[in-house]
Amino acid sequence: MSPKPLTDALQAQGLSVHLGPKTAQNEVLHSVSLNVPAARWTSVVGPNGAGKSTLLKCLAGLLPFQGSVLWDDRPLATWTAKSRASHLAWLGQNQEGAPDLRVWDVVMLGRLPHQGWLSHDSDQDSAEVEQALRATQAWDWRERALGQLSAGERQRVLLARALAVQAAVLLMDEPLANLDPPHQMDWLHLVRSLVAQGRTVVSVLHEIPMALCADELVVMKEGRVVHQGQTADPKTHLALEAVFEDRIQVRSVQGQWVTLAKP
Amino acid sequence: MKAFLIKLSLIKFSLGWRWLLIGLCLVIGLVLIGLCVGSAGFETGLVDPRIVWEIRLPRTLGAWAAGALLGLAGALAQGLFRNPLADPYLLGSASGASLGVALALAAVGVRQAHFWFHLGLTGAAFVGALSAVWLTLVLSRGVAQTLRLLLSGVVVGVVLGAATQGVLWVAPESLQTLQAFILGSTAFVGWSAVWMMLGVGLPCIAVAVLLSKFLDGLSLGDDTAMSLGLRVVPLRWTLLAVLALCTATAVSQTGLIAFVGLAAPHLVRALVKTTHRLGLVLSSLAGGILLLAADILARGLIAPQELPVGILTAVLGGLYLLWLMHQGAMRLETGS
Repeated sequence: MSPKPLTDALQAQGLSVHLGPKTAQNEVLHSVSLNVPAARWTSVVGPNGAGKSTLLKCLAGLLPFQGSVLWDDRPLATWTAKSRASHLAWLGQNQEGAPDLRVWDVVMLGRLPHQGWLSHDSDQDSAEVEQALRATQAWDWRERALGQLSAGERQRVLLARALAVQAAVLLMDEPLANLDPPHQMDWLHLVRSLVAQGRTVVSVLHEIPMALCADELVVMKEGRVVHQGQTADPKTHLALEAVFEDRIQVRSVQGQWVTLAKP
Repeated sequence: MKAFLIKLSLIKFSLGWRWLLIGLCLVIGLVLIGLCVGSAGFETGLVDPRIVWEIRLPRTLGAWAAGALLGLAGALAQGLFRNPLADPYLLGSASGASLGVALALAAVGVRQAHFWFHLGLTGAAFVGALSAVWLTLVLSRGVAQTLRLLLSGVVVGVVLGAATQGVLWVAPESLQTLQAFILGSTAFVGWSAVWMMLGVGLPCIAVAVLLSKFLDGLSLGDDTAMSLGLRVVPLRWTLLAVLALCTATAVSQTGLIAFVGLAAPHLVRALVKTTHRLGLVLSSLAGGILLLAADILARGLIAPQELPVGILTAVLGGLYLLWLMHQGAMRLETGS
């Protein structure tokens, strides 16, 4: 009996993005196609300037692009902004601002897609915010202003904000930035528990060993997807080594994939 | 747990409302003091009711309303541009209003005591302020890019400022009247001005509060706001229109009052960490209190002479911001 094929949470076909006027020089994503399997963790990796963050923004519907992104077999553009926001949560890299908002209020922003303009925070909203704050160990700071936190603490609050959306798909751009190793491991356990609950996670990561813990790897270079495959697949490792110009090696150490710098 | 959450929301509620109540009490107290301050300074004896009704009450309420408009506009500007140094005049409205007044003075000449003359100057300032904002929006090609919007505002401010100087060079007799406008004054605020400011201010604050969740979302950046389902461009247009209307109305009635729009939101943030829904209302209230208090001082300090209220707000507001900076309460995040 053949294994049941995975359904796709997101399907991208022929994605092209121009930053500025539509000239070849300004094209930062060149006809990218990929499928993001549902209830799996997909990591996007590649060298600086590969177009990883741009791809993630396209998948979240935050950038104008040529081509198509389908969510639930419907083009992203046909979803209302609120409906899209309640199903696709996005966490950007190095998000600044909101120094005067309390941590509780920042995380409550994640409930905006579920609220009306005049509605007050419901019991369910409060419960979701509490759950998200506890999941990222940020509950104790709920009354503090965001500006009073360290960069790592702030990152955990912003992660809680994305979790509070309770979206089916989480798109995270460098979520480990500023996190110390113990909290990076906490993030890993959190992602695995989300996937176990049936959520889909897509993350852009510069920490390659962490990215190798994902189910799928999308390897990018110069605005193109050069490979997509399972992290355990040797072809994926070869593609990964190639985009980093063979300056790293992927090896298995005690059952875990790690990268070693080549001399 | 549910009981705890209810308690938590009550704490938040009571903290915000506590400041709101304190603010309202301050307004009432200052209005009563304002009614007792006349051309001879602070008066405790019986005063002709017509003087109170026709001069002091509209002037006192007008000072509060103009300050409230500037406080709201300042909070909107700082929220929209995610910049604690943003003030209501950022989009060129101050220089536009000055040019409007300078052109009107050059066209009709200076006639100090004439009612229609003052009404004409008010209209010229209003049109000038709104035209400058419109020019800024045209130059920035919309509201999608904050940096382009800010730069366009600076360019419009500088160019219209130079144009005002050019008009003064041609018609130097306008200088004193224009200077009075630039310094700001509540001396000519009557009932019509009060009704106009309240008529503009109340719908503006209602719209701003209704859309305050957008400002909360925007505080984490355009992309995050969009990812939360907020329609960034139309919402920014709407709130910019509210900002321009509030500023133009205040400027046209009281001239270029300095620092109130910048200081009021900082004062609120130093007192309470809250969302924009309450922050906008409190900033508006604080702006009103600041200008009303400054107006009472301007009238009473060297009576029977009167200080231009704009000078007082500039000095007091500047000192207050300096104090805030030294307290470390103000974050100079100009790059965000």
